[in-house]
Amino acid sequence: MDVKVKGVTFRYPSGVLALSEVSLTIRAGETVALVGENGAGKTTLARHLNGLLQPESGEVWIGDWDTRQKSVASLSRRVGYVFQNPDDQLFARTVWDEVAFGPRNLGGTPQSVDSDVRSALARCGLHEAADRHPYDLPAAERKFVAIATTLAMQTPVVILDEPTTGLDAEGVRRLGDLVEGLKKEARTVLTITHDLDFGADHFERVVVMSRGRIRGDGPAREILRESTLLEEAHLRPPQLISLALALGLPTSPMTVPEFVADYGQYVARGRSAR
Amino acid sequence: MIEIHGFSFSYAGTQSPALHAIDLEVPQGQLCAIVGPNGAGKSTLCYALSGFVPHFYRGTLEGEILVAGRSVAHTPLSDLAGEVGLVFQNPFNQITGARFTVLEEVAFGLENLGVPRADILDRANEALRLTGLGELGDRSPYALSGGQLQRLAIASMLAMRPRLLVLDEPTSQLDPAGTEALFTHLSHLASSGSVTVVLTEHKLEWVASFADRTVVLSGGRIVADGRPREVLASPTIETLGIRPTRYTQAARAAAAGGLTPGGAGRALPVTLDQAAEFLRWT
Repeated sequence: MDVKVKGVTFRYPSGVLALSEVSLTIRAGETVALVGENGAGKTTLARHLNGLLQPESGEVWIGDWDTRQKSVASLSRRVGYVFQNPDDQLFARTVWDEVAFGPRNLGGTPQSVDSDVRSALARCGLHEAADRHPYDLPAAERKFVAIATTLAMQTPVVILDEPTTGLDAEGVRRLGDLVEGLKKEARTVLTITHDLDFGADHFERVVVMSRGRIRGDGPAREILRESTLLEEAHLRPPQLISLALALGLPTSPMTVPEFVADYGQYVARGRSAR
Repeated sequence: MIEIHGFSFSYAGTQSPALHAIDLEVPQGQLCAIVGPNGAGKSTLCYALSGFVPHFYRGTLEGEILVAGRSVAHTPLSDLAGEVGLVFQNPFNQITGARFTVLEEVAFGLENLGVPRADILDRANEALRLTGLGELGDRSPYALSGGQLQRLAIASMLAMRPRLLVLDEPTSQLDPAGTEALFTHLSHLASSGSVTVVLTEHKLEWVASFADRTVVLSGGRIVADGRPREVLASPTIETLGIRPTRYTQAARAAAAGGLTPGGAGRALPVTLDQAAEFLRWT
């Protein structure tokens, strides 16, 4: 499902101008990493997509729905949002009830709710935690509970706000697998992240925000090499691209094998020159 | 500064200990990074150093933790507050909600320590400047982004100027520039000799760049302890659920392919600078 943000400006009641004429189109099935400095407006923009915030001017469209004409509850059928802090969205007494809350409120039958919850828990590796209280789980597992609540809603658009925060290597791998699964289902996935290695691993497009505006937008492999653009947004290229840049390699390796292949050519050129 | 002798702790109502037979000494002025997978006991160690274990989080403990010669378990939290500062993993748990502006929030702890009023403003403003919040002092804490809120939680503790600063994943929501600025400042504080810093962190490249020492926790036990490069480039950390940096992975793969300069046995890199040096042919 397409997402269209057209000339959106937003100011918080405190007077802080958080978004300034932001326009962005995300095609159905696209995976996009939204990056930028702390306070750039990333979360503010994402909260316009599920109607938690409404633009001061401009429009946001989710498919053929204008968010100004829809309630947050209605929009939750199309946009699933995993908050930066899972504790902002967990409230039920068991993991099962937490994950079932969304499908139940969407009017699912007991059988379909059961199926959706089982599937979401399995995908998040939580099938053994169904009867646990969410707050008896470690913070990293609560993050996956929050993700499961969104997956169970089967929304065509999924937003992950800083999903790698607090996750160890195994957690980031599990999260990456989830994103890859969503890609296979052609769901539209938007993540907000400072972890550009995670962005490089799983997202095809990168949008750079700074001070409430979009400063860069393009294929991940191109944008993540633009160190000046990234630096202006208080970011750094992913590690492998940083290393390629430091060695003067003209490429943007996204994986270790790619780096080794590029580096091998650099070494061969050096040897032949000598 | 820190002496931990045979310390074990189990949270009330749990069967297995979160920390098991920990022995650790951290001298004054050291920047000591604790790394490990989720559930390794890193946060519990932070709570134990700052007195939240056992004074707030109850449970069964054995052994002893001394900070500046005082037993943490036998010293009230209020007495420890001037000595030890803890930055929580989740900044939402740290903000008091009792003040209307960012500046007042940072001043809150200083007021409670009885710092003279004239000094409070200077110290609070300095902490805000150090954390990149200098222009946001008049803003409500609830109008901050997640990353800005984490900076505020850090500023609140920096302003207190504790002799032991404990930070639980302090950069989890910071952008890379903010992460570098924080590590630079913590490194300066530690190298001045007046502050000891213990922090937990998943971002190994920053640990390797700035920490004096890296301690690896797994399953509540210390399983490695040494210089960051030695510990973090070691193949054994992967078996503990810790992913080496891409710099380490790339250098190891390139060396295995016979592409790198120098002979066998060179120490693998962990940071960008180390990796560039490791891989560059001159």
